[in-house]
Amino acid sequence: MQLLYLLIEIIVKCVVVFACLMMAVAYETWLMRKMAGRIQLRYGPNRCGPYGLLQPFADAIKAFFKEDLIPGRSDKVTFVLAPMIAIIASISLFAVIPFGDQFTIPGTDYVVKLRIADIDVGLLYIFGIASLGEFGIILGGWSSGNKYGLMGSLRAAAQMISYETALGISIVGVLILSQSLRLTEIVNLQGGGFWNWNIWYQPVAFVLYLICGLAEMNKIPFDMPEAEAELACGFNIEYSSMKFALFFMAEFAHMTAIGAVAVTLFWGGWQPLIPQLSFIPGVVWFCIKLFIVVFFFMWQQWTYPRLRYDQIMKFGWKILIPLALINLLVTGLIVSLKG
Amino acid sequence: MIIPLLKGLKVTLKYFFSKPITVQYPEEKRPPADRWRGIQYFEKDERGKTKCVACGLCMAVCPSQCIYIETAEDEEGRRYPLTYELDASRCIFCGYCEEACPVNAIFMGKTYEWVEAQRKPFLMTTEKLLEEKKYNP
Repeated sequence: MQLLYLLIEIIVKCVVVFACLMMAVAYETWLMRKMAGRIQLRYGPNRCGPYGLLQPFADAIKAFFKEDLIPGRSDKVTFVLAPMIAIIASISLFAVIPFGDQFTIPGTDYVVKLRIADIDVGLLYIFGIASLGEFGIILGGWSSGNKYGLMGSLRAAAQMISYETALGISIVGVLILSQSLRLTEIVNLQGGGFWNWNIWYQPVAFVLYLICGLAEMNKIPFDMPEAEAELACGFNIEYSSMKFALFFMAEFAHMTAIGAVAVTLFWGGWQPLIPQLSFIPGVVWFCIKLFIVVFFFMWQQWTYPRLRYDQIMKFGWKILIPLALINLLVTGLIVSLKG
Repeated sequence: MIIPLLKGLKVTLKYFFSKPITVQYPEEKRPPADRWRGIQYFEKDERGKTKCVACGLCMAVCPSQCIYIETAEDEEGRRYPLTYELDASRCIFCGYCEEACPVNAIFMGKTYEWVEAQRKPFLMTTEKLLEEKKYNP
C-alpha cells in the first residue's frame, strides 16, 4: 500500500511539474516577445486575447499545422532524434530541483516533499543532463545536411565546452560552503533570512554562473550557434513545424532550469526573504525568485549585442575560467582557515 | 568595462517602462497631411447637384486617362455630365483634375484606404463622387 501511495505521489508530481513547466515555457515566449516590444517602444503581441495572452496557443496551433519537412540529404534518424534529445534533456533537469519544502496532506499523516527526486548527486545530475542537451543542438545542425547548420553545430560544440568548464568551476565554491551535492541540503543551509543566502558568500561565483549560464543556453550575447545575421538561424535552419517548436521549447525550458538552479544555489531556493514572511508558501517564493532571474535573462537579451566568435572564446578561456579558479582558491582558503 | 554594461541595462529598463509610440493602425488612425491627395469628390451646387459643367478639361489633363465624360444639356441650357466615370483603380492621384477644373467641382479628398475584391466597384460615377463628399468635411 505504501508503495502504491509513493507511485501515485511521484506520478502526480511529475504531471504537475511538467504541466507547470510547459505553461511557464509558453508564457516565457510571450514574455520574451512582449519585453522585446516594450524595450523597443513597440507593444509586442497584442492581437490574440487581452495583452496577447493567447499568443502561445496560437503559435502552438500554427506549429502543429505546418508542414514537417525533412531535408533529402539529411541523416534522417539523427535529424528526428536531435530535437527529442534537446527537449528531454531540458525537461529532465526539473527532476531534482526543489520547488518548496514539504507539507502534510490535510486529514492524513502523509508527507509530500515538493520535489520529484531528492537524490544525493543532484547537482552532478543537473550538469550531466544539461551537457546532454548540447547533443541535441550539435546533432541537429550536423544531421541537417546544411552548411549553416553545420557551422552552427561547430560553434555550439566549441562554445558550450568552453563555458561549461567555467560553469562547473564557478559552482564548486557553493559546494565547498554547503558540503553537499544534494540540492535540498544546499537550500536548507541558506534558511533564515536573505543574509544567509549564498550570493553574499559567493558573489563572484553568482555572476560567473549567470554569464556561463547564458552561454550554455545560447542566449543573446552568446548566441553564436544561432547567429541570425551570418548563419541564418544556425543549427535549426532546416527544422520546421513541431521539430522547430521542440527546439524552441527546449531552449526556454533550459533557460528556466538554469534560472531555477541559480535560485537554488545562490538565492536560497524556496526560503523566504526574511523569516517573518514564512507564512507565504515556499513555492511562491521560488516562483518569484525564478521570475526575477528569467526577467533578467530576457532584459539583458534585448540590451546587449552579440559577441564575435573570437571574443567569446577569449572571454571564456582568458577571463571567466581564471576568475572561477581564483574564486575557488579563495573560497577554499577561507573555509580551510576558518576550520 | 562593467559600468557601460550596467548603463545599457538602465537604458533598456527605462524604455521598458515608457509608453510605446506605436500607432495601432486599424483601431487608431493618424490624420493625413493637409496636402494629402486621396480619392476625389464632387462639390455640390445650391441645387444639390454637381457643379461639374462637363467641360472635359479634367479628361484632357488626366495623365492616366481614367476619366470619361459624356456631355448633355438640361432644359435650361445648362451643360452637365450625362456620364462621368472616374476609374479609381487607374487613378494615380496626381491632382491635375482638381487643378484643371474651372468651376471648382472636383477635389482631391482625404480617403486613403479603399479595398475591393473586384475591379468594378472602383468605377466612380457622379453619384459616388457626390457621396464621397461626406468623408471630406
